[in-house]
Amino acid sequence: MTASSLDIALFSAKLGVVFFVILTLAAYLVFAERKILAWIQDRKGPNRVGPFGLLQPLADLIKLLTKEDFVPASADKWLFYLAPAMAAIPAILIFAVIPFGATLTIFGRPLPLVVTDLNVGLLFFLALSSIAVYGVALGGWASNSKYALLGGIRGLAQMISYELSMGLSLVPVVMLARSFSLTDIVAAQASVPFVVYQPLAFIIFLVSITAECKRIPFDLPEAEGELVAGFHAEYSGMRFGLFFVGEYINIIVLGGLAATFFLGGWHGPLLPPVVWFSVKTLAFAFFFIWMRGTLPRLRYDQLMHLGWKLLTPLALINILVTGWWLALNR
Amino acid sequence: MEQAIFYILAAVTVIGTILAITEKHPVHAILFLVTSLFSMAVIFYLLMAPLVAAFEVILYAGAIMVLFLFVIMMLDLGHPEKGMSPGWKEWLPAVLLSGISIGSLALVIVSRHAVSSAPAVMPTIRELAVSLFREHGLAVELISLQLLFALVGALYLGRQK
Repeated sequence: MTASSLDIALFSAKLGVVFFVILTLAAYLVFAERKILAWIQDRKGPNRVGPFGLLQPLADLIKLLTKEDFVPASADKWLFYLAPAMAAIPAILIFAVIPFGATLTIFGRPLPLVVTDLNVGLLFFLALSSIAVYGVALGGWASNSKYALLGGIRGLAQMISYELSMGLSLVPVVMLARSFSLTDIVAAQASVPFVVYQPLAFIIFLVSITAECKRIPFDLPEAEGELVAGFHAEYSGMRFGLFFVGEYINIIVLGGLAATFFLGGWHGPLLPPVVWFSVKTLAFAFFFIWMRGTLPRLRYDQLMHLGWKLLTPLALINILVTGWWLALNR
Repeated sequence: MEQAIFYILAAVTVIGTILAITEKHPVHAILFLVTSLFSMAVIFYLLMAPLVAAFEVILYAGAIMVLFLFVIMMLDLGHPEKGMSPGWKEWLPAVLLSGISIGSLALVIVSRHAVSSAPAVMPTIRELAVSLFREHGLAVELISLQLLFALVGALYLGRQK
């Protein structure tokens, strides 16, 4: 295959747009979260910087960049430096396999609206989300602080537990779509989204991704009341900012994946595909924020029991039932 | 292009593995091993085995190494720098065994004739699954039984009295 300069230019433009949109969206998701939480709690929220406080993310960015970059005296220096990147990079890499629109035609060339259509896209997502554990665990360990270490260990145990139910809840999706490629999974939902056939898998996936991005009610790794700030307690400035932005990139990416696997991805009537994809993804982001404003935090044993004794067996039974159903309706 | 990527990844894999063995701090050793497994996964992808690449990362780098890390973080291992260096009784069997396997590998490489193979095609997951479960079904079942035995054994050893 020979790639002409036009192809390379189109691809680079696509990459640039994807990066810009995700990072901006992550910053504004922080703002949206503060506004919506304020609305839920009957407050006003940030409203001083710019009209309606819209420039608040920019002010936050300047603050984080100009703060002192502090490393605790007895910390493991290199791991302490590396951990925030290890938490944020897998999150943004996962977006590479999510199709966010139908194929466009620009200058007579097809431009698929997905960064790369891997034929093992779903496994790529599972692999990267299992790598994301290292950022949390090593950030907590390298800080050499008891709170951070406890937060890191909690994060590690929680993320490997819920990865299992998350992966198992996606098996029926692969069985229905008969492919690991996310583009094929979206194409298989052209008429009916999979949530209609797989409501149970959808709920298990939703609970598991909430635990994977460590949001309330599963935010034990950073439980403020008991662990100060958990695994990132010792971080300051932009290194803390990377953990923070990584969490919001994770929300966008996991919301996009939930939309892709169960709600038909970019398929939808009337509106253009990219708009449908954004609406579905942001609906999940809103749902996460709404949960944070509504639910209390689980206790640690409750968290483990929910994952291992309820979600994982249910997901296994779901796979079995889906298999029977597919065999009988062949 | 692909060859250049392969040599870079091969260097990363070999150096990462050597550092994983020589590094005395267990957490750092795990990180080097993860690096080497990761670049090995990309080599598998270059060899047109995307499924193996994905499982290499999910199982080895993502699950087994994370469990190692978990155990090391839970158990405070004290001062690894003060550990004793192994004597000849420990390293002689290891050198003998690895010498045999490296020697046979060298023999295979030397005796192999250059075969002009057909250009490789990326096998689909379906083809792989069919050959795995139709042709080698018995072996797969036996391995899964063995894993089940290990699981039951672990449960038995860890049960509360």
